[in-house]
Amino acid sequence: MRLFRHELRYALLLYSRSRELAFFTFLLPMILFLLLGFAYGDEEIQGVKGSDYLLTGTLGYGVVATAFAGLAIVLVIRREEGILKRLRSTPLPAPTYLVAVLTATMVAFLIQAVCIVAVGMAAFGASFPSHLVSFVLALILGAASFAALGVGLTGLIRQAEGASAVVNAIYFPMLFISGAFFERDTFPAFLQAVAAVLPLTYFIDLVFGVVYEGDQIWDRVGDVAVLAAWGLAGALFAARRFRWTPSEG
Amino acid sequence: MSTAVTVSELRKSYGEVEAVRGISFEIASGEIFGLLGPNGAGKTTTVEILEGYRERDAGSVTVLGADPARAGDSWREQIGVVLQSSAMYQTLSVAESLALFAGYYERPRDVDEVMQLIGLDEKRDAHVRTLSGGQRRRLDLGLALVGDPDLLFLDEPTTGFDPQARRRAWESISSLRSLGKTILLTTHYLDEAERLCDRVAVLRDGRIAAIGRPGELTGALPPTEIRYWQNGREVVLRTDEPTRVLNELTQTALAEGHELEALEVRRPSLEEVYLSLTDEASE
Repeated sequence: MRLFRHELRYALLLYSRSRELAFFTFLLPMILFLLLGFAYGDEEIQGVKGSDYLLTGTLGYGVVATAFAGLAIVLVIRREEGILKRLRSTPLPAPTYLVAVLTATMVAFLIQAVCIVAVGMAAFGASFPSHLVSFVLALILGAASFAALGVGLTGLIRQAEGASAVVNAIYFPMLFISGAFFERDTFPAFLQAVAAVLPLTYFIDLVFGVVYEGDQIWDRVGDVAVLAAWGLAGALFAARRFRWTPSEG
Repeated sequence: MSTAVTVSELRKSYGEVEAVRGISFEIASGEIFGLLGPNGAGKTTTVEILEGYRERDAGSVTVLGADPARAGDSWREQIGVVLQSSAMYQTLSVAESLALFAGYYERPRDVDEVMQLIGLDEKRDAHVRTLSGGQRRRLDLGLALVGDPDLLFLDEPTTGFDPQARRRAWESISSLRSLGKTILLTTHYLDEAERLCDRVAVLRDGRIAAIGRPGELTGALPPTEIRYWQNGREVVLRTDEPTRVLNELTQTALAEGHELEALEVRRPSLEEVYLSLTDEASE
C-alpha cells in the first residue's frame, strides 16, 4: 500500500508534467466541444438540445483520448525507451505499477469530466447530471474498459514512433462512427452496423441515458454488459501480450 | 570469501543463433568482474540472464543464492542494474528520479548522498531531458545504487562517452569498491577492464576465450607493429621490444640520410586482441 501511494503520487506528477497529454487528451476535447457547440449547439439532436448531445459526445471523446489513446501511447513510449524494463529490475511489483498508472489515468479522466460538465454548464447552459452516482459509475466503467483496451493495444504496437499514428487511426474514426459529434440515426446502414459493435457507442448511449433519459446505470444492463465485455477482452489480451521490454530488431 | 555469482555451462540461443555457448565463471563477493568482448559476443545476453530478464536454455545460474529466473521482488532489493541504454522519465528532476527509485526499496541510501557520489548534486533540480549523455549515465548509476544493493550490474557503463566523461565514470565506479559492492560490468574497452576490474573474462562468439587478472590477459597481447614504406613497398615489423627496434631503425635511417615514409607505430587494436585470444583458445 505504501508502494502504491508512492507510485501513484509520481504517476500523477508525471501526468501533470506532460504537455502532449495535457493538450491532446485533456484540452482538445474541450476545444472541440466549444467549437461544435457554438456551431450547432442550438439545433436539436436526438431529441435534446445540440449542446447537451455534444456534452455526452465530448465525455466519450475524453474517455477514449485519456484512458485509451493517451494511456496506450505513454505505455508504448515507456516500454520502447526501456523505462518499463528498468522498473522490472527494482522490487516494485508489476501489478503495483500498472494499478498506479491506471488509477492516475482514472483520476485524470474524472477531472476532465468535471471540466467538460462545467464548460457545458457555463457556455451552453447544460443542466447538472441528475443521477450523480450512476453518472460517476458510468464514467468509471467507461474509463476502466477503455484503459484495459489501451493496455491491450500496446501489445500490437512495436515502435514508439508509430504509436500515435496507430492509436489515432483507431480512435478518430471510432469517435465519428459512434456518434460522438453527430446523431448516428442519420448514418448509412453499414456505418450503423459498425457502430453497433464499437464500445464507444455503448458508453455514449449509457451516459446519454443516465444524463438525459432519467435512467440509472442498472436500467441500462445492455450498455453496461457490452462495455464490460470489451474491457474484459482488452484485459485478457493485455495479460497475454503486454510486454515490459522494448521490441527487438 | 563467499561467492556472489556462479555460472555453469550457460547456454542461450535465439532461433538458429547461439548467443551463449556454454560459459562458466564465478564472482566472489566484493569483486569487480568484467565481461569483455566485441558486440555480439554474448555479453548482454549473459548479463540479462543473471539479472532475470531472460530465460536460459541450459546450464545453471546462481545470483546471491537464488536462481534469477525464479527470484522475486525481495531478491531485487539486493541488486542494482544499469542497462545498456539510459532510460528515465524525461520530465523528472535528478532528485525526483532518485527519490522515486529510493521509494521502491526497504532500506534505501540517502538521496543527497547518492547525488554526491555520482557528482550530480549541482544538477539536483535539473530535469533529465536537460542532462548530457554522461550525466544521464551517472544518473543511471545513481538509480542502481539508491537501493543500496549488494550486487551491481553495469552493462557498458561508458559506451559513447568522451574521454573526460569516461574518466569521471571510472572514478565513480572505483569509489564503489570501497563500499564493498560486488560488481559485474561489461565493456568492449580493454583499458576500461584493465582500469576497473579485478578479473576479466574475454568473450567471443558466446564462449570464454580467456579469463584472469587484466595483467595476465594483456601479457597475451600480440607484439607491437611498426610500419613504414621503403622503395614503394610497405615494411611491417612485429616486435615485443618496440623501443629498441624503433631506435635502431631511426638511427640507421638518419645515418643513411633517408626518410622512413609513412612511419607508424601501433599497438594491436582490441579486435586483434580478441582474435589472438580466441586463436589461442581454439589451439
